[in-house]
Amino acid sequence: MSDFFTLSVLVATFASGVRLATPYLLAGLGETVGQRSGVLNLGVDGVMLLSAFGAYWTSLETGSLLLGVGAGLLVGLVMGVVYGIITVIFQAEQGISGIGIYLFGLGFSDLLFEEMVGTPTPIKSLPKYSIPGLSRLPILGEALFEHNLMTYAAFLLVPLVALLLMKTTFGMNVRAVGENPEAADSLGVSVGLTRFAAIMVGNGMAGLAGAALTLGLGIFQPNLTQGLGFIAVALVYFGAWRARGVMLGALLYGIVAAVVLQLKARELIPLEASDLAAMAPAVLTIVALVVVAGRIEAPAALTNPFSRH
Amino acid sequence: MIRRALGAVVPVGAALVAFLFGAIMIVALGANPIDGLVAMLDGAFGTRERLATTAVRATPLLLVGVGICVAFRAKVINIGGEGQIVIGALASTAVALAVPGTPKVLLLPMVIVAGMVGGGFWGAIPGALKAYASVNEILSTIMLNLVAVQVMNYLLRGPMIDPLEVEGSRIPQTERLTDNAALPTLLSGTRLHLGVVIGITAAVAAYVLLWRTPLGFRLRAVGHNPNAARASGISVERSIVTAMAISGSLSGLAGVVLVFGSESLRMVTDGSAAGFTSAAGFNGIVAALFGALHPLWTIPSAFLFGGLLTGANNLQRVLQIPSPLAVALNGIVVVFVVSSGRVRTWIEQRIRQPVDDRGASAPVAGGGG
Repeated sequence: MSDFFTLSVLVATFASGVRLATPYLLAGLGETVGQRSGVLNLGVDGVMLLSAFGAYWTSLETGSLLLGVGAGLLVGLVMGVVYGIITVIFQAEQGISGIGIYLFGLGFSDLLFEEMVGTPTPIKSLPKYSIPGLSRLPILGEALFEHNLMTYAAFLLVPLVALLLMKTTFGMNVRAVGENPEAADSLGVSVGLTRFAAIMVGNGMAGLAGAALTLGLGIFQPNLTQGLGFIAVALVYFGAWRARGVMLGALLYGIVAAVVLQLKARELIPLEASDLAAMAPAVLTIVALVVVAGRIEAPAALTNPFSRH
Repeated sequence: MIRRALGAVVPVGAALVAFLFGAIMIVALGANPIDGLVAMLDGAFGTRERLATTAVRATPLLLVGVGICVAFRAKVINIGGEGQIVIGALASTAVALAVPGTPKVLLLPMVIVAGMVGGGFWGAIPGALKAYASVNEILSTIMLNLVAVQVMNYLLRGPMIDPLEVEGSRIPQTERLTDNAALPTLLSGTRLHLGVVIGITAAVAAYVLLWRTPLGFRLRAVGHNPNAARASGISVERSIVTAMAISGSLSGLAGVVLVFGSESLRMVTDGSAAGFTSAAGFNGIVAALFGALHPLWTIPSAFLFGGLLTGANNLQRVLQIPSPLAVALNGIVVVFVVSSGRVRTWIEQRIRQPVDDRGASAPVAGGGG
């Protein structure tokens, strides 16, 4: 065990936890915006799978990581239009339509992969970019300032999403239609348009999360996310619908994953015990759900479709 | 009358539109959609063997779907089918591994009970969390799916691993169960086994439970109006836990059928839930929805979606169209069916419109004259 508790190993593990937290954070922040408007999107995992494939295939074909990220974002936005139509116009039951989106994403990304690629071919992964000056800091430098651009972007989005929700007119409208759509409607806020926009933001960020995942790994395979998108949805509850809380949850998942990987790699614990350790975040999330359910109110209109009578 | 007819026509129409999407995908993949349809129908229902395979593929969907129906009647959404299947399969496999020599007549009931208890327990947890701590069941079931996968990976890599694999390549799987644990084949030369009968029996039993027993009445009362149910002395909390436990036990039974009806007769993991369940925990939702969340209608519905799965395999063999098409189509069906409720309302309003117009315009005309 002593081998694990050296400073350099701990710092490296923390740094890899920050990197692994990136897709959770991007998807969770997006879902936060959607849920604040009263829309639950359980299909995040499906959107991430589709956008991950889009990002992977584009990078594979063009060799450009930037175009890959763009493709991921684009796929996310297209799925946003689809989910917006389902939720806002057709007012479908959100818990179930999200499962439909998930199944579609799971199947369709697999189908496209088998049809267009076939075998997992590695691509160039996102390079690390050391922030000049800051990356020289002892300990913090390696832990926080030697990451790829998607990781920096994800953490920069934490204050930006908080500002968007709390300080802008759009954010106020989003919160209003999530808490009391009838009142918002009577004050002239378009509930449908506001929710549609929030869905677009959420799905766009899920798209970026898919791109960050596949381009961070430099590979794609069927069911690449393995349920990551579902965890991102739960992180919103874990974080009590606040950007900062979602970030803490994402970091928890990332760091636990990183610790498990380290312990496995160093053969400090038997392989099967690492499976038990990997269960910790899900169990903690359930505990957090119990705590949150007792104390913090969800947006009052969450999952309730709105129509004027 | 019109309402009832629309209730049936609109979801079927929605499914047809979904399959039209499938046809478009087949065209996009460079094949003739008629050839695709023929290949699918032939693969699913073409021969006695294929019909039997379709019924076998449909069984886990049916069991999970019937569980969804039971939970839904108490207004609980059970998205934890994947985890409940896994835990049910693990519990029943553990029993079969512990007492390998037991005669079949004893062993089969034992593994069935173990699977149902395991799945039921895994369903009761989110039920209790919802009833007593107001935790949203959609989220807790999803989290418990993830926990179940890790439990499976742990057990199949550790305590339950095939002794041959410990020194060998360490494939995370159990040893092959003894043949007296296998679900007996019903039709020689086909894959049709007792699991199919179990599935249909469970659907009928769920129907009887929901509409012919006091417990079923209580569950439906809670689903219909929890406040009224509480006022008439029904324990809403206990009903929610019961509904989820029953729902989970049916998914657990699906796990039993998956292991003891398999040709390999063992449990093996690729690290994910879908690797073992083939996403039956989610596809069962599709079967239940398409069966109008009624246990008996879920029987033909599950058979249809089982046919989609076997048909897609044939599609891959004949036309080289990747079989994940079936999962994608399932997703589209879900989206269209749940979106169709709104379409139904629109149509109903259109039908009533002329009457309303006359009523509304009469005073205006009178005022003008």
